[in-house]
Amino acid sequence: MANTHEVAFKLNGKDVQVSVVPRELLIHTLRDRLAHTGPHVGCETSHCGACTVDLDGMSVKSCTVLTVQCDGAELFTVEGLQQAGELHAIQQAFHEEHALQCGYCTPGMLIRAWRLLQETPEPTEQDIRYGLAGNLCRCTGYQNIVKAVQSAARKVADHKVAAQAPSA
Amino acid sequence: MGDMTELKAREDKLQGTGTSMLRKEDARFIRGQGSYVDDIQLPGMLFGALVRSPHAHARIKSIDKAAAKAVPGVVAVLTADDLKPVKLHWMPTLGGDVQAVLADGKVCFQYQEVAMVLATDRYAAADGAALVEVDYEELPAIVDPKKAMAPDAPVIREDIAEKKEVGHGPRTHPNHIFTWEAGDKAAADAAFATAAVTVREEILNPRVHPCPLEPCGCVASFDKGTGALTVYMTTQAPHLVRTVLAMLSGIPESKIRVVAGDIGGGFGNKVPVYPGYVVAIVASIVTGVPVKWIETRIENISTTGFARDYHGVGELAADADGRIKALRFTALADHGAFNSHVSATKFPAGLFSICTGSYAIPNAYARVDAVYTNKAPGGVAYRCSLRVTEAIYLIERMVDVLAQKLGLDKAEIRRRNFVQAEQFPYTTAFGWTLDSGNYHPALEKVLQACDYEGLRREQAARRADPNAPTLMGIGLATFTEILGAGPTSVCDILGIGLFDSCEIRVHPTGAAIARMGTMSQGQGHATTYAQIIATELGLPASDIVVEEGDTDKAPYGAGTWGSRSTPVSGAATAQAARKIRDKARKIAAHLLEVAEGDLEWEIDRFTVKGNPSQWKTMKEICMVAHTGNLPAGMEPGLNAVTYYDPPNMTYPFGAYLCVVDVDKFTGEVKMRRFYALDDCGTRINPMIIEGQIHGGLTEAFAVAMGQQMPFDEAGNHLGNTLLDYFLPTAMETPHWETDYTVTPSPHHPIGAKGVAESPHVGGIPCMSNAVIDAFAHLGVTHMDMPHSAWRVWQKCNELGINKRQTP
Amino acid sequence: MFPAGFDYHAPNSLAEAVQLMGNLGPDAKVLAGGHSLLPMMKLRFAQPSHLVDLRRIAELRGIRQVGDEIHIGAMTTEHELLHSPLLADKVPLLVEGAGWIADPQVRYKGTIGGDISHGDPGNDHPALMLALDASFVLRGAQGERTVKADGFFLGVYSTQLEPGEILTQVRVPIPAPGTGWSYQKLKRKTGDFATAAAAVLLQMKGGNVATVSIALTNAGPTALKASGAEASLLGKPLDEAALDEAARQAMAICEPTPDLRGDVAYKVAMAGEMTRRALQAAHARTGQA
Repeated sequence: MANTHEVAFKLNGKDVQVSVVPRELLIHTLRDRLAHTGPHVGCETSHCGACTVDLDGMSVKSCTVLTVQCDGAELFTVEGLQQAGELHAIQQAFHEEHALQCGYCTPGMLIRAWRLLQETPEPTEQDIRYGLAGNLCRCTGYQNIVKAVQSAARKVADHKVAAQAPSA
Repeated sequence: MGDMTELKAREDKLQGTGTSMLRKEDARFIRGQGSYVDDIQLPGMLFGALVRSPHAHARIKSIDKAAAKAVPGVVAVLTADDLKPVKLHWMPTLGGDVQAVLADGKVCFQYQEVAMVLATDRYAAADGAALVEVDYEELPAIVDPKKAMAPDAPVIREDIAEKKEVGHGPRTHPNHIFTWEAGDKAAADAAFATAAVTVREEILNPRVHPCPLEPCGCVASFDKGTGALTVYMTTQAPHLVRTVLAMLSGIPESKIRVVAGDIGGGFGNKVPVYPGYVVAIVASIVTGVPVKWIETRIENISTTGFARDYHGVGELAADADGRIKALRFTALADHGAFNSHVSATKFPAGLFSICTGSYAIPNAYARVDAVYTNKAPGGVAYRCSLRVTEAIYLIERMVDVLAQKLGLDKAEIRRRNFVQAEQFPYTTAFGWTLDSGNYHPALEKVLQACDYEGLRREQAARRADPNAPTLMGIGLATFTEILGAGPTSVCDILGIGLFDSCEIRVHPTGAAIARMGTMSQGQGHATTYAQIIATELGLPASDIVVEEGDTDKAPYGAGTWGSRSTPVSGAATAQAARKIRDKARKIAAHLLEVAEGDLEWEIDRFTVKGNPSQWKTMKEICMVAHTGNLPAGMEPGLNAVTYYDPPNMTYPFGAYLCVVDVDKFTGEVKMRRFYALDDCGTRINPMIIEGQIHGGLTEAFAVAMGQQMPFDEAGNHLGNTLLDYFLPTAMETPHWETDYTVTPSPHHPIGAKGVAESPHVGGIPCMSNAVIDAFAHLGVTHMDMPHSAWRVWQKCNELGINKRQTP
Repeated sequence: MFPAGFDYHAPNSLAEAVQLMGNLGPDAKVLAGGHSLLPMMKLRFAQPSHLVDLRRIAELRGIRQVGDEIHIGAMTTEHELLHSPLLADKVPLLVEGAGWIADPQVRYKGTIGGDISHGDPGNDHPALMLALDASFVLRGAQGERTVKADGFFLGVYSTQLEPGEILTQVRVPIPAPGTGWSYQKLKRKTGDFATAAAAVLLQMKGGNVATVSIALTNAGPTALKASGAEASLLGKPLDEAALDEAARQAMAICEPTPDLRGDVAYKVAMAGEMTRRALQAAHARTGQA
């Protein structure tokens, strides 16, 4: 279709430019064009959250966002959580608490939990369950996911305290 | 004797059986680097989109491809007529029937596959699919299986209308598939005739769908140059699929490679071979380029393997003390339009005859009648061995019904009927030999942990208060599962025995790679199998790589379903490791210049009896096995492959307790407490076991409380998106408490029985029993699932207990 | 599940958007958060030729107090409503209502204006707006007009919005101090529409109901104002008999569509039950319970 738009955004800190028709969904741009296959398609009706990415500080379901809507945006996906070869505390916690099984929901869960922790650094169990209610998991029953988010919150807090501590 | 701390340190380093080793597979998943089928992109790949029938039963008068073919990017449109020259418009099913790959003149269920549009991208394929014009002549549909065998019922399967049988014995009606019977009907009838008390209940296991988060799909790639076919696909049983594809296509099985990469959950849904796979394969063979087909969620729920749809009738006969004398269970099974119900050849009704459960019932008879209806084909197991949930649901419900009739406590009736510990191995009236069990202590442990007597007192007080806004229910389930299909003498699919396999290659430095015929869909095989090998070989689990799913690499096996991985491949793994250890022992004896019998295995080495300072570690032996200082005549290397044909099934069990509060005015059920004690024999990785139980209970919760596949009278599916189909979120899902006892399997090399399905099989009746128990004092003996707020409210309304007492 | 093709426009100002909508004609649709429209387009239930995305229009966002009203830009998201200290202070009913909508991801994108404009009786804002006696500012080629929420909703997916007209602002009178509030919503699971829900604002005086406002979600072709139930309560203490009568009156106006959430009998009963519970919860929040 001739009706293409040049769309530029930052993806995990890197500038990206794609040429898309208006109907192209963000999930397909990320997966099929930009080789970011972490976010997955699970339901296509914005109920499962497997496609969740972070768009300008919002957790969004990328199966229900048009790529043209992302011009000028800042996007983060699961692929951007690891910094300088170091796993983010939330990734580490999912591993340690056995918060994943088949792994299909995990990228969406992680990026959603990451945003949740930025907004609610000390979440209660109810905060976590409410905050992750847009992400379905068929394997874990969520219990270990809740534990992982709590553990990550502690890790982040400890890390901040350590970072603030005067060097000896 | 070695220093205890030193021994412990050496053992800990292995992270073998019994340790909660963190999962090896997590590393890629937490980075978003899993490799699922839709992640695969091959050069020149086309996308396939299926055109599906809007009607449940209709004749196809014509198909017009012109508008679709005119869409930019559309390459071809395939219909049954295009598949006929290669004889692939029909395919055999895993249930002994045939199924239309693309509708051949007629559609028999809504969303049936009619055509596939091939295009250069997903969007163009969808555009094309929307423009294929199919002219249908609607026919009357059969939705209710109870009407399927009426004399004037429309014939659903004209292609087999005259056939006297379709794989499982004589048929009595064109819509009849099979009638299966087990047990001794005369003996059961006689026991019923003389029993002090009998109970009967109609009990439905509604049609549900396993609904893994990843839908099904494949990438088929046929190389015209070599004649080799590679198929990346979402399958729980890659080797069986390869065999089916070879039978179907005529391509030598050695030139077919099936690769199941990472699988985003299966739960039974990814066992069958679906038409979409076959059309994609044909399309790739015809076009010579790779073809990807990925179904949508609507397609997944509407057309791929559903589960259950068992319309059961349970009957028990007992003496005045509640000791069960006989059981008669029957079921009418709705298999949909094609019998693609996954079943072992000799068990068309799966393992339904495990329905005596944990109880010593001397006389038993079971019968299942299967029929065609105008609904999607299937009848896969949903997180259970075939038809085991249906069986256990019936017995666990009926035991409650019997207790209610006798005025007996629901724990007490179970105590009175359990198979006693000293009776194992115990052969049931249906002929299954339960390998091991210890039911009484398991139940007592749960009752004590939950203060069962206290709960019953609280319930009595609640029942005494007419103004209480809620009803309180206490559910028990004391189930026995049947896993590890299975002994090839009785279990096969399409003639292939249900053994499984493991090949281990140990490298010179003491690292190893192992490959199995199973296929993980999240169960953590890469970790668990490595732990088995670590313990058997004394090599650290972290250095053992496990691979499954690539048929070019792994030895043949029947795959992962019915919790068979640990019972069957886990056993093969232990045996393969033991073969290697036996060889290592010979090498150690040679190196230490002692007789084999003078050596003792100690964690990671052979030591000389009575001279513990003399030893050879496994790691040292690994190097020697490759450098050549071997006993005369011994081959170099440390490899082994085992095909394990289990001598028996395994029979894990559990005792579950559930407490619910039912809102009389809205019908909402709040699960206040759920306590699950599982005994799966030897525990390989407790962390993974607990994770499997959490997941299984959550899927049980979904089935008991909300899942169902609703149809209207015309056969239209009314709830095929995740808006309607109930997958609980973190908000709805209760908190799970877990516990265990350990009763090893006597015939499994390491005593393990399998666990992932127990919480589903035991959880569903436990939850149902709790909801129904809330109404038991009002004379209610049964309510069908799902226990959604609406349905529970209807019961409250019927009983008139949702009226407020205005003062 | 791929939308059919269309042209995309992202105007920078409201004036430009209105002009575009006028020029593009009836095949153009306004795109707000997209969580109603895009799923319908993916299912090809909707196939607009043009989408006019309002995301760049800053004047359509924000929550502020103007006199004794709260003005909310139509593109304000549910997430922003849920976390607004101003709303929490002045119109907590709206915060409670937003918290019951869909799930976190949908709340980040879903907008109050989109929810209202869609005219879906299953959406939550219509009843909240009726209960709050809100008004809507509509802007079209003919200029701007302000209409009351009561009367705005005409039927399923049908409102007073004329073709080309855009809902730009929601105006909510600030309830008097001491007003109790509650939104009670029964649903099958997170992300579902209400089986039934009730929004209530309530003021008590001397132990009797002084003012009360009740509106129902998903109990008919539009959100419903339960005027009969309101009238039955005025001047009376909120006792069991009054609650029963209010629930009965609320149920009398319900005409729900049967679906997988329930048949008519259940949905009507639940509308009554939610009315009762919302009244009780609101009562507790008046500080005069």
